[in-house]
Amino acid sequence: MEKLARAHVLCCGGTGCSSSGSKEIIPALKEKLAARGMADEVKVVETGCHGLCELGPLVIVYPEGVFYTRVQLSDVDEIVETHLVKGRVIERLLFREPATLASVPDYDDIAFYKKQHRYALVNCGHINPESMEEYIGAEGYEGLAKALAMKPEDVIAEIKKSGLRGRGGAGFPTGNKWQFTRNAAGDKKYVVCNADEGDPGAFMDRSVLEGDPHRVLEGMIICGYAVGADEGYIYCRAEYPLAIKRLQGAIKQAMEAGLLGDNILESGFSFTIHIKEGAGAFVCGEETALLGSIEGRRGMPRPRPPFPANSGLWGKPTNINNVETFANIPSIMRDGGDYFASQGTETSKGTKVFALTGKINNTGLAEVPMGITMREIIYDIGGGIPNGKKFKAVQIGGPSGGCLPEQLLDLAIDYESLTKAGAMMGSGGLVVMDETTCMVDVARYFLNFTQDESCGKCTPCREGTKRMLEILNRICDGKGTEDDIPLLESLAKSIKAGSLCALGQTAPNPVLSTLNFFRHEYEAHIRDHKCPAGVCTAFVGYTITDACRGCGLCKKACPVEAISGEVKSKHVIDPEKCIKCGACQAKCPFKAIDKG
Amino acid sequence: MGERFAEKDLARLDEVLADLGSQRGTLIPILQKAQEIFGYLPREVLIRISEKINVPISQIYGVVTFYAQFHLKPRGKNIVRSCQGTACHVRGAKAILAELRKQLGLEEGESTTKDLGFTLETVACIGCCGLAPVLMINDETHGRLVPDAIKGILDNYR
Repeated sequence: MEKLARAHVLCCGGTGCSSSGSKEIIPALKEKLAARGMADEVKVVETGCHGLCELGPLVIVYPEGVFYTRVQLSDVDEIVETHLVKGRVIERLLFREPATLASVPDYDDIAFYKKQHRYALVNCGHINPESMEEYIGAEGYEGLAKALAMKPEDVIAEIKKSGLRGRGGAGFPTGNKWQFTRNAAGDKKYVVCNADEGDPGAFMDRSVLEGDPHRVLEGMIICGYAVGADEGYIYCRAEYPLAIKRLQGAIKQAMEAGLLGDNILESGFSFTIHIKEGAGAFVCGEETALLGSIEGRRGMPRPRPPFPANSGLWGKPTNINNVETFANIPSIMRDGGDYFASQGTETSKGTKVFALTGKINNTGLAEVPMGITMREIIYDIGGGIPNGKKFKAVQIGGPSGGCLPEQLLDLAIDYESLTKAGAMMGSGGLVVMDETTCMVDVARYFLNFTQDESCGKCTPCREGTKRMLEILNRICDGKGTEDDIPLLESLAKSIKAGSLCALGQTAPNPVLSTLNFFRHEYEAHIRDHKCPAGVCTAFVGYTITDACRGCGLCKKACPVEAISGEVKSKHVIDPEKCIKCGACQAKCPFKAIDKG
Repeated sequence: MGERFAEKDLARLDEVLADLGSQRGTLIPILQKAQEIFGYLPREVLIRISEKINVPISQIYGVVTFYAQFHLKPRGKNIVRSCQGTACHVRGAKAILAELRKQLGLEEGESTTKDLGFTLETVACIGCCGLAPVLMINDETHGRLVPDAIKGILDNYR
């Protein structure tokens, strides 16, 4: 038997921390411990994501629960010598609250985690995702064991009781969806996990797949048992190579342990899971398009009904849920639906994972009870806006969603309240914008995305998004006219009414929502030829003032070679070549570059 | 066809086709594997797939051109994906992309370097928003980018 370690060093091996250098830190820690003869007493564990990706690589030392951030390879010696040998906490590596700059040694005291209620993410960052034993040690597969001892109907009743709604966007009650598939006629049924997380700005599914892959498998197996399916597919983006690798590993382990395959846990129930890699098409997040893609066709949505619950994969009844939805299932079965339903609001139960990004101090993943306010998420968990800038809006729900301005920050968040405010839950991506973000540019950004990703099947979406984008480009280029705003609104109405799938039906939302709350910004572009945030390049230009000493740093920094000038003499910017990226201004040591 | 492609690559393609060709719904995995072998999807390869698995070439072309992952033209040894996701967009992805183009010496409209060393693409989001702006080279993610860092990162792959 393995010796019990006196300390555990948890090192995040998620995509964020790996790219910040944790891949080198983990072997270096092990090597150093071995050299000190401590390999047996201190265990190094590579975990999934803790959610505070920006501060990675993250290292947590247990039993104390000391949380180190931005750990570098050069810190490894000190962590071993000072912390693990002498037992002293290394002050300079501790997390600091952005608001107070006070250092916080204890993981549980950090404001980012304090207000969170980690339910779907409970294991992420705390167990080794490549070890099934650690998942089982964290009460994994208990929900499955419990479900298999129940009647399938009772499993569905438990999910219904929990009030869980689909976490992928639309928020359809999960239990009802399962019931439809269970009731559908046919012997052959499928379970599909939608892991085609395509919303720009959302990465909670990636985190769960990388950090706790067995949880998703367990959720799918329970679903298979409840709806009467014996085969499952996970449709995962090819852009998530680590997630795919961890899933493959987890499936293999579960097969060997008899948790997948024939006669699971001697229950007579059999279930297998395959992985299908997506090939890069946002629309495949739409369920009928996704099914088409699994079947090897172009991923184009088809009209519903029939719904996949009656006619899905290869025409068979199919239940589709997304990753976060499945990740909630094992704990609901283990703890009972009532516990889950005790959290959240009247219509939206449980917790939701939000991906906090953009102009915010603590970027990362936050799982919070439904009904929390946006203000709490942004200021208490997210630590507010960096660099003393003023908050302008938060975009929620990705390309299908909308933005919430300052006056709606105290809105209690659930599916209904967001839709009412002109946004939507979507997958839970929150992009925070400050006063330097132009709302017209943001709307244009999303339209550019949906226009590009429109599959082209139906005209309102294919042609309409293109026309809307042209108008937005025109406005951002300073060529907008008074007629453009009503034209945008009328196009938006037609696209929403006439599109077949959610991509088209929601594509105009970012425009409508910014028009609703920030109409004055559109008007400023059109009437005053001004971009109030100073973003739209048609209205801004950089010039070099007489303070220039001719050091040449700006010339070197310019990515498009728009700056010319001899050493020690004043440089000039060619406005034709300039892409207004601001790189020169950031580099100038003499503050000699003006933006105006 | 044998002249343009190495025999061993064609043999690998045939192996993939023998392995997956008879199962249903395997067109996309076959194309993914074929692209892994040849780096892109040459016309001749698509015709061979069509003949072996008995799927019309028009249907295969439809699938290939639908998904962003498939390429009909040769690609660089290293694939650079510059993220244009929302978080990256608001944190300066535009300057990163411009710097990438400059460092790779790509003219307007070009995406692959002349020596086939690099192909530069943009992606909508690689789900690494906490580190925005980010880029991916092959399977590795690089985050918290500033234009100055680009040269050093690319040099590691040259």
